[in-house]
Amino acid sequence: MKFIIAIIKPFKLDEVREALGAIGVAGMTVSEVKGFGRQKGQTEIYRGAEYSTNMLPKVKLEIAASDALAPQVVETIQQTASTDSIGDGKIFVLDLASTTRIRTGETGDTAL
Amino acid sequence: MIRKIVNSAAALGASMFAATAAWAQDAAEAVGTPIAAATTEAAAAVPNPGNNAWMMTSTVLVLLMILPGLALFYGGLTRSKNMLSTMTQIGATAALAMMIWVMWGYGLAFGPEGNQYISWGKFFLAGITPDSTAATFTDEVISEYVFVSFQMTFAAITSALVLGAVVERMKFSAVMVFMTVWLTIVYFPIAHLVWEARGVFFVMGALDFAGGTVVHINAGVSALVAALMLGKRRGYPTEPMPPHSMTLTMVGTGLLWVGWFGFNAGSALEANGSAALAMINTFVATASAGLVWMLTERVMGHKGSALGLCSGIIAGLVAVTPAAGNSGPFGAIVLGAVASVVCYFAVSKLKPALGYDDSLDAFGIHGIGGMVGAIGTAIVFSPMFGGPGGDDFVIGDQLVTQALAVLATIAISAIGTAIAITIAKLVTGLRVSHEVEVEGLDIGEHGERAYN
Repeated sequence: MKFIIAIIKPFKLDEVREALGAIGVAGMTVSEVKGFGRQKGQTEIYRGAEYSTNMLPKVKLEIAASDALAPQVVETIQQTASTDSIGDGKIFVLDLASTTRIRTGETGDTAL
Repeated sequence: MIRKIVNSAAALGASMFAATAAWAQDAAEAVGTPIAAATTEAAAAVPNPGNNAWMMTSTVLVLLMILPGLALFYGGLTRSKNMLSTMTQIGATAALAMMIWVMWGYGLAFGPEGNQYISWGKFFLAGITPDSTAATFTDEVISEYVFVSFQMTFAAITSALVLGAVVERMKFSAVMVFMTVWLTIVYFPIAHLVWEARGVFFVMGALDFAGGTVVHINAGVSALVAALMLGKRRGYPTEPMPPHSMTLTMVGTGLLWVGWFGFNAGSALEANGSAALAMINTFVATASAGLVWMLTERVMGHKGSALGLCSGIIAGLVAVTPAAGNSGPFGAIVLGAVASVVCYFAVSKLKPALGYDDSLDAFGIHGIGGMVGAIGTAIVFSPMFGGPGGDDFVIGDQLVTQALAVLATIAISAIGTAIAITIAKLVTGLRVSHEVEVEGLDIGEHGERAYN
């Protein structure tokens, strides 16, 4: 099993969610996060006073997937979330040691 | 208040003083008895219910400008830790001004006894009954209690406006002491000079329909002096201090604009054509100024911003205040646009260059916008630009009168504020402690948080 963490632009969330649903991803965890990468921050101006914020809002997706599905998940997120510009985000893949469904106690791929 | 009696002034003469004396006489005959004097002899006159109803409405519209209008406008611009402090200082200052107004303010500004500099009498509203009346600018009258209330809201909003320069660091107790002294030695005398029939600038024919000098230049200059004496906020200008809620600032801006119709159109003191002119001007000058501020931002290479729209709207409202019933609609549009550009540079270039911390730009918008409006009124009043001035109106002469009124207002505001701030400093101390300023005045001064 793999644990996939993707940081994407917030406006891409719905599109990515639909695309992942279509390839059989049954669940994910979504959070609003802040950070910076090559895009750095942005400048805000209030009555001429400039403030540069160095953290930008992004959305973080966390998905647990079977070894078979994982490459497809990564590919789908990459293609759907891309706008061909800096700040599109990153995808990280980790090995996942175990998964347990709390309601039934099932473990492994059947718990996904 | 309206100054249409100026129509006949310019024709009258070589010497300004000869002219004004003769004209004051003319005015008294043509326009009816001056406000204060009228209140006793007009006992037989009965207020027109329509006018009375409009003035009651206008009065509460001005209250709407303060609470919640100005409180939200200013509150949104401060940091969230000072939201309640900002709104509470505004609300309490307005309430304090109301108390002082009925005790000695009305007497000092509009009392029956007095001279060209100050008046007295009717302290604690002595002798005023539901039957008492105050003259308008025609032979109509309105109930004196309504006039007292209407003028009371002007004292309240002017003092609240000053706070824009001192929020986020001034002690609540210091604000209360400062305002008590400031209203007494600055606001009431200036209101008398400009609006009372015996006042120096009223007699000179200074055009100030709804309070460009008394309210805006006065508040703006007082704000600047108070900010200079108080010092900068800790961390200004290196630490970011962006507005915590542009949403609330926008809501406050809308409430201010709506309430301003009471302020401007109500200053006709009747529901008549003059009020109608003030109404249309309060729409179009404001709309023009809001758009022009955003255009100026674009020209300067920035994005047109929400705060730009709000700031332009306020700048336009300020500028059209003295011109409301003294300008044609297209004169008002130009006046609003000019004020917007000038105020833009005042707050985004002049303030950083000079380095003072006028936190919410009370001087940059009310002071500067007020001056543009007061001087500009001499131009847009001319029939040449569609204004209501007579054919014999001379722009040059009026410019001199307007400039004198502006300069005198600046001088009285600056000196009086310096005295009032000094007294507050001696009585309570001016600034909150370092710890309270860093933690926020909401907790430190009021023991509450705006958002939980």
